[in-house]
Amino acid sequence: MKRKILIAAAVVVLMSLAAYGSLFVAPTESKMGTIQRIFYLHAPSGMVALLSFFVCFVGNLAYVFTRKPKWDWLGVSAAEVGMAFCTVLILTGPIWAHPVWGIWWTWDARLTLTFVLWLLYTSYLLLRTLIEDPDRRALISAIYGIFAFLDVPLVYGSIRWWRTQHPQPVIMGGPGSGLEPTMRKVFWFWFLNLVILMIFFIRERYALEAMREDVRTLEREAEAA
Amino acid sequence: MALLSNTAVLLGKELRTEFRSRELLTTTVVFILTIVVLFSFTFDPSVSESRRFGPGLLWLAFLFAASLMLQPCFLREQTNDTLSALRLSVNDPFAIFLAKLAANTFFLLFTQVLLLPVFSILYNVPVLAAFPQLVLVMFMGSLGLSVTGTALSAISAQARMRELLLPLLLLPLLTPVLIASTEATAALLVPNPTMRWDWLGFLLAFDVVFLTALWLFGEYLLEE
Amino acid sequence: MTRPSFSSTGIRFEKIDKRYGGLYALRRVSLEISAGECVALAGRNGSGKTTLLRIAARLARPSSGAVSFLNGSGESSGMQPPAGFVAHATMVYDELTAEENLLLFARLQGIAEPAARAATLLAEVGLLERRDSLVRTFSRGMRQRVAIARALLNEPAVILFDEPATGLDPQGVSWFAQTLRGLRDSGRTILMSLHGESEVSTLATRAIRLDAGAVVADTRTGANFRSILAFANA
Repeated sequence: MKRKILIAAAVVVLMSLAAYGSLFVAPTESKMGTIQRIFYLHAPSGMVALLSFFVCFVGNLAYVFTRKPKWDWLGVSAAEVGMAFCTVLILTGPIWAHPVWGIWWTWDARLTLTFVLWLLYTSYLLLRTLIEDPDRRALISAIYGIFAFLDVPLVYGSIRWWRTQHPQPVIMGGPGSGLEPTMRKVFWFWFLNLVILMIFFIRERYALEAMREDVRTLEREAEAA
Repeated sequence: MALLSNTAVLLGKELRTEFRSRELLTTTVVFILTIVVLFSFTFDPSVSESRRFGPGLLWLAFLFAASLMLQPCFLREQTNDTLSALRLSVNDPFAIFLAKLAANTFFLLFTQVLLLPVFSILYNVPVLAAFPQLVLVMFMGSLGLSVTGTALSAISAQARMRELLLPLLLLPLLTPVLIASTEATAALLVPNPTMRWDWLGFLLAFDVVFLTALWLFGEYLLEE
Repeated sequence: MTRPSFSSTGIRFEKIDKRYGGLYALRRVSLEISAGECVALAGRNGSGKTTLLRIAARLARPSSGAVSFLNGSGESSGMQPPAGFVAHATMVYDELTAEENLLLFARLQGIAEPAARAATLLAEVGLLERRDSLVRTFSRGMRQRVAIARALLNEPAVILFDEPATGLDPQGVSWFAQTLRGLRDSGRTILMSLHGESEVSTLATRAIRLDAGAVVADTRTGANFRSILAFANA
């Protein structure tokens, strides 16, 4: 318990540093002004969301081949954390875009992929609630999770290719593209922080899922007796 | 090879069953027709507008239709537990998937080819010039719909709320098919139709990825 | 029934566990069924009878333990045609005719001369005149006959029945008992789950009772045949 409090405190400290960095250390962007600072949350969130979903994919594969419940727990934890970061990305995008470019949303490759990811993993989590037996639930959702993640490069590729033929004004620069050195440092610091946050959340959720399974097993055994 | 002969036998069963009752085909055709008509109210179907929006709407209609048509795929094997009989009779359970996805591709393509002239008339878009190429595009698109749809039909058959679940699982996954098929179709409906082999290649890649995934993991979907 | 072209086969269940989440459907079940035995499996609903049969049929995989088939000298026989399985569901297609159903499964199993085999079996179960009727039009008794014909396509040495007499009228039960006698006397090994005493249970040479997934009584180890079956519906 003490260890957990220490880790949480460390996370809070790091995030505070990151927030300070983005608000006060990084220089103001010349064209967009202060609102651009949300980029330090927006872009790394997207990268961490994808990273989370990759962890989910690994858990899914591992479960299908080993059938050990712990991989299922990892899968659902990573999926939920990924969804959280995905939601952050979708929410911060319009907040950034509207004051700067006057539009709430654009269907460029990255944003569209994010939306599709959001839908895919919502389906993954919804599917899980609709299967009773834990072993079937783990196996079926793992296979769907594998299909969903295999789709990710295909979705991204198809949208990008499509966009090269129907170009739109590029409004959200890529990470690190044309970033001044201090900005770049703040960006990667944020990325590191969010990765640490991701690991922290996944671990907590994993522990929660493990406990839930224990409780459910005890309940069932009590019922059967 | 046992896998191919089993697939052929099962495909025969799927086709015979469907052509005897024609339930799926009829409802799918009517459904697509309804959507196509409804879509015509959402924009002014002049020739240039139709060329812009038509292919996308058409493929959207095909996608919706597929997500409904594919629901009974594995559900009907639960009625009398014929799935168990199939599992006992075939060596490789992949034959079951192959047969169903071949049948589904055929049914989808059949309804699409049937509705293409109707679409052409209602939206004043000429399709005769590039008809064979359009059929090829529709075949590749249908294959993409079927490979994923058959797999997800097996997945959703194991869950509650399965009728609502299949479209939810399937439609986001099919984004690449929608884009590729729409682009390839649009390129064939302009005055100088061109064949977009790059998009067809992309569809082929999509099919290969998911067919491989189905081959690797399909049997786990059927086990108890 | 037809002259047997199978080799007598026994079944061995070794420490079979079957878990669904935390719930045990079968618990450390170990049984050996000798070739040619006709075993009645009794027990309440939910005692694990269906699960055990489906594991024997290789439709379900045990969570741990193994099921194997034994040849005449009691050793595991490697290559084995699957056991015939007649479940409570018919496992045939309503939208196909009786003959089409048998042809389908015969072809899938790679049986030589499928049409002839289908015709032979249809005649044996008394459905030859209804070969071109859709199974949808069949009564429960007739559906069971198609199911049995399907199970016998590959001349299995082992046949598994899951509550075969349920839903049959007295005539149907008689027919089934007669058929069962023929199968038993031809040397096949039979494992069937039953709900109580009947014309069918009298044909069994051994009875085993399951309760909450475990074997609690076996006539082989001295339990009373009738008492095993009598408590089946408690």
